[in-house]
Amino acid sequence: MTEPTDTKQATRRRFLVGAAGLAATGASTTRAENANNLPPNVAGWTRRLGEGVGVRAYGNPSKYEKDVIRRTVSWLTATPESSVSFTPLHQLDGIITPNGLCFERHHGGIAEIDPGDYRLMLHGMVDKPLIFTLDELKRLPRVNKIHFLECAANSGMEWRGAQLNGCQYTHGMVHCLQYTGVSLKVLLAQAGLRSNAKWIMAEGGDAAAMNRSIPIEKALEDCIVAYRMNGEMLRPEQGYPVRLVVPGWEGNIWIKWLRRLKVGDQPWFTREETSKYTDLLENGKARQFTFVMDAKSVITSPSPQAPVKQKGFNVISGLAWSGRGKVKRVDISFDGGRNWRTTRIDGPVFDKACVRFYYEFDWNGEELLLQSRAIDDTGYVQPSKDALRKIRGVNSIYHNNGIQTWAVKPDGEVENVEVG
Amino acid sequence: MSRWARLALSVALLFAFNASARAQTKNDTPRNYGIGRVATPEQIAGWDIDIRPDGQGAPSGRGSVKDGEKVYMDKCAACHGEFGESAGRWPQLAQGKDTLASHDPVKTVGSYFPYLSSVFDYIRRAMPFGDSESLTNDELYAVTAYVLNLNDIVDDKFVLSKETWGKVKMPNQGGFLDDDREKTEKTFWDPKPCMKNCRRPVKITGHAQAIDVTPDEKTQKRGVE
Repeated sequence: MTEPTDTKQATRRRFLVGAAGLAATGASTTRAENANNLPPNVAGWTRRLGEGVGVRAYGNPSKYEKDVIRRTVSWLTATPESSVSFTPLHQLDGIITPNGLCFERHHGGIAEIDPGDYRLMLHGMVDKPLIFTLDELKRLPRVNKIHFLECAANSGMEWRGAQLNGCQYTHGMVHCLQYTGVSLKVLLAQAGLRSNAKWIMAEGGDAAAMNRSIPIEKALEDCIVAYRMNGEMLRPEQGYPVRLVVPGWEGNIWIKWLRRLKVGDQPWFTREETSKYTDLLENGKARQFTFVMDAKSVITSPSPQAPVKQKGFNVISGLAWSGRGKVKRVDISFDGGRNWRTTRIDGPVFDKACVRFYYEFDWNGEELLLQSRAIDDTGYVQPSKDALRKIRGVNSIYHNNGIQTWAVKPDGEVENVEVG
Repeated sequence: MSRWARLALSVALLFAFNASARAQTKNDTPRNYGIGRVATPEQIAGWDIDIRPDGQGAPSGRGSVKDGEKVYMDKCAACHGEFGESAGRWPQLAQGKDTLASHDPVKTVGSYFPYLSSVFDYIRRAMPFGDSESLTNDELYAVTAYVLNLNDIVDDKFVLSKETWGKVKMPNQGGFLDDDREKTEKTFWDPKPCMKNCRRPVKITGHAQAIDVTPDEKTQKRGVE
């Protein structure tokens, strides 16, 4: 598919118009060039000294990256204290999310906890109820694990059809970090579990005092009482100083600002695991305790906020994850799911963590219906949205892991669409 | 020591080492590090606010629907509406009966919550919004009774307490089933996913741009300067 030379100029103009239009949705815009900085001239930053060390005691991204931000959808919620902001997936690469860009979901605002006054209470069906200070938690043996966290409501606005035009909004309630902390199993052993212990209630110390029930098997399998993210202490938005890490399970159960763990012999059926975070089916019954986040993927570039900028060689980049294990393979389709080809996963592949996939190809301006599907090591294949709807209807809100379609148009613009 | 004796000893040590390694993996209860202090009953009592469906954890106290109306009007109605119908985008608390299987399900205390404790525990820990854990136990019982009354679950004369806890029957208690995805969605596990001609050529059936609800960039706060 080669293009006649005489239309190239016109195509370029259309690209620029497209890019300007997309600035409205957070797409990166082309910066005006300053010839003084370009060869053969010697750039200003080469001729002058820059700021010395210590000026930026805690470093920030370049001032030219100030549009790489969490974004909000104001009409979604009644108040910002109980709301959500989204990770700018289209502006990131690799598998680790920068600490300041991890999506936020709070139910009572950000608790600002003085670490000296932090206490974690562990009681209930234990031999010896205990209280830990932050320093005491840090004295216990440490583990380091890389895991994704996805909000159960990620893509929840898309059940009835394509609605939000950008992967930040359709898929941005996910992040992937390295956590450091003490294994919950080790912590529980300090208090000693009684033989009838079956469930654990985790509770936050924020103004929502969020509480969820966790089966003891999961608590002993791989949960972490974490205090660090990517090496530094947790950010306040992510539960400083201590949050629960529940690998592969819906984000709501990863209690932030963790203040209490209570051991019991049955679940609590809290508001957050009954009225919320249950999946209403077509017949009016709802699934409860749907903890696991199924395999899911999204092409982050190109995507509506990251249009294709030129014809010729292009790299498709995307993110995939599974709460059931490792992502084994990611396929992509150019024709809305009719034919598939396997992508290249680059970078480390961890259990219940994000992987980065790439597909390199030449694009000549033809329309594409781009899709990706993740396959995990249990053999689970990410389903189409219609296949999910057939089983669950459209009222579930939560756990929408259906295949996303991006329509790439001849001018390089990309739109969130539904296909059938 | 003879060479044979040395060999026998090292073999014995090897076995002993293996045995202790096995014992460690078999009995994998982590050791006690002597870290953390015993939580006193007083400390626990101050934070131990959770309540289970069977009423375990419910505090002492009582409250009538009538008393609850006053608490509700003072502290709840501004967001949830005088009749639990919701003001603006705040959660609706009442009505919604028989809507769960419809196109527009309305999930309220009456139509959706399975247990009294799911409501009571939540109010106790998180309401009133912005003034958490400020209600007295009597106010808590009263306002919960009023919300139940708004949903026709209890009558106007009802008094909620630990003693009457078991009398409250939530309409949607039987409305939930445990996660059954591994059974009902078994077809999503596919050892040989289709690669070629998996479906007929597709058409676009819906456009996000047509709905036009994506936030404008002007509404976003900027990053670091």
